[in-house]
Amino acid sequence: MNTVLAQWRQRHDVTLPRLLGVLPVLVLVLMALCPGLFTGLDPLAGQTGERLMAPSAAHWFGTDQFGRDVFARIMHGSFSTLSAAMLAVAISLLVAIPLGLAAGLGGRRLSGAILAGADMVLAIPELFLSLSIITLIGPGAMHVAFAVGISQVAGFTRMIRTEVVRVRATEYVEAAFGIGSTFWQVVWRHIVPNSLAPALSLATLRLGTAILAISTICFLGYGPSPPTPEWGLMITEGRNYLATAWWLTTFPGLAIIFSAWAATLLSRAIRVDP
Amino acid sequence: MTRYILSRAAQALLVLWGAFTLSFVLLQVMPGDAVLIKFQDPELGLSPQQISDIRASYGADESAFVQYAHVLGRTLAGQLGYSIETGVPVSRMLHAAYPTTLRLAVVSFGGAIALATVFATAALLAPLRPLRAGLRLVPGLASGIPVFWLEIVAIQLVSFHWKLVPVVGVSGWMAVLLPGLALAIPISAPLTQVFLSAAERVMAQPFIDVLRARGASPLRILYAHVLPNALPPTLTISGLVFGEILAGAVVTETVFGLDGLGQLAQQAVANQDVAVLQAIILISVAGFVVINFTVDALHPLIDPRIRRTQGGGAA
Repeated sequence: MNTVLAQWRQRHDVTLPRLLGVLPVLVLVLMALCPGLFTGLDPLAGQTGERLMAPSAAHWFGTDQFGRDVFARIMHGSFSTLSAAMLAVAISLLVAIPLGLAAGLGGRRLSGAILAGADMVLAIPELFLSLSIITLIGPGAMHVAFAVGISQVAGFTRMIRTEVVRVRATEYVEAAFGIGSTFWQVVWRHIVPNSLAPALSLATLRLGTAILAISTICFLGYGPSPPTPEWGLMITEGRNYLATAWWLTTFPGLAIIFSAWAATLLSRAIRVDP
Repeated sequence: MTRYILSRAAQALLVLWGAFTLSFVLLQVMPGDAVLIKFQDPELGLSPQQISDIRASYGADESAFVQYAHVLGRTLAGQLGYSIETGVPVSRMLHAAYPTTLRLAVVSFGGAIALATVFATAALLAPLRPLRAGLRLVPGLASGIPVFWLEIVAIQLVSFHWKLVPVVGVSGWMAVLLPGLALAIPISAPLTQVFLSAAERVMAQPFIDVLRARGASPLRILYAHVLPNALPPTLTISGLVFGEILAGAVVTETVFGLDGLGQLAQQAVANQDVAVLQAIILISVAGFVVINFTVDALHPLIDPRIRRTQGGGAA
């Protein structure tokens, strides 16, 4: 048993830093799936007698203008942010994988056209791109995820294409052609798995970027509407009490930072070095 | 050399045209035509005849292709159209708003350069390897901090708590001081990262060891030898930095209540005022393209190696 475990650890290069790197994201996922484990308080129902109370033993992160527990709202808010960020990255990958493969495998014209298109899109700052999409489809939690996902497609496409081009030039691909494999056999057996693994670990890194982009758009007011517990929206609402209740804006911000860093740590932990 | 510059210029124009077309397709061709959304409101009490007149005056009743040709034509002539929300020429709105954003950009860009210089020097020259390695992680961590949160904390601490810089009832450069410095932190992060990795590649080269053996001081090696070699890769992201500052202005001007281009963009999204939003996107793309072209054109002057490879005529 022990040797099996040791073999598995060796094969997957499982080290303590790697395990620790996965931990923050596990905490986040647990928070999003069962917020009840962390807090017994309702994120939506406020106690009228407990408005704008500073952090205390009863309310770790204080209470807001409706007497709602800020800690409970942050725990419950993790679902909205995390699911939107994952949806955004999934949408980017869904569109970018075929485009990136086509740009890496296709002829000069096709790959030139895709790369030129990506360059044009990359000239527009991502925030402007996602705000344009929001203008088009209207605000809302899912719409924000869609807008952020689409605005990251160009970057993902170039990233995947770079990996495909790198794998295509390796000796094992040349050898596979040498023993008579067809083009599609080589693509499926060698190029797709070997180029997508590093691309996926980079995609994890983009999860952090997506979390920041989503909370920014929600802060600007185009995400879910109140009383939904959403971190960016909580900060917008807390701005009205800037001078008196610092905890309303400080803690949701720390939650955003924690999750962005957690995504970065995860991508380092699962990084597949090419 | 001329061929190199011409090909870069053609590429720049192509990107500008492509981004213009993309923003047009996104904002003006897709369903939900903004004029209709705004004037269909029953409270305005407009008859269908009046609405179609208004749509005709904005050109919204034409086919997508005719609209595109029209918008491209007038944009090339320097006409940015009219705001659907207020009816004011977009160029006039931009003219009123740009000084604030320009000041904000100057402060945040200057602040970012200063911050990146100080920080990179510290990260490269600090004693003890663990300390250097720790400092090396800071820019990556800093880019995980949301700008709007950083700015809100800055208001709370710097302005309300320590009472150092006022944010209420201020104008001109004073109004952009704190916002600009707060925005400088996320702007400096990518600059520092790119510069540090370029600097580390340079410092691994043998000529640095030679300089060290000859007794050059670490500061002299850094500023006289590493800096000129590590600067070109850093310059290549300056177009990106411009876009980041303009996008950062949307958030920053919202937090601090400044009336610049960012605020204009934010209101344009809220009111579906597509002409205004498209004009601001066009400004950001034009800035990106012009800066990238300038950097590309200057590159051979800064880096003799590129001059040599371009000299053969290959583009």
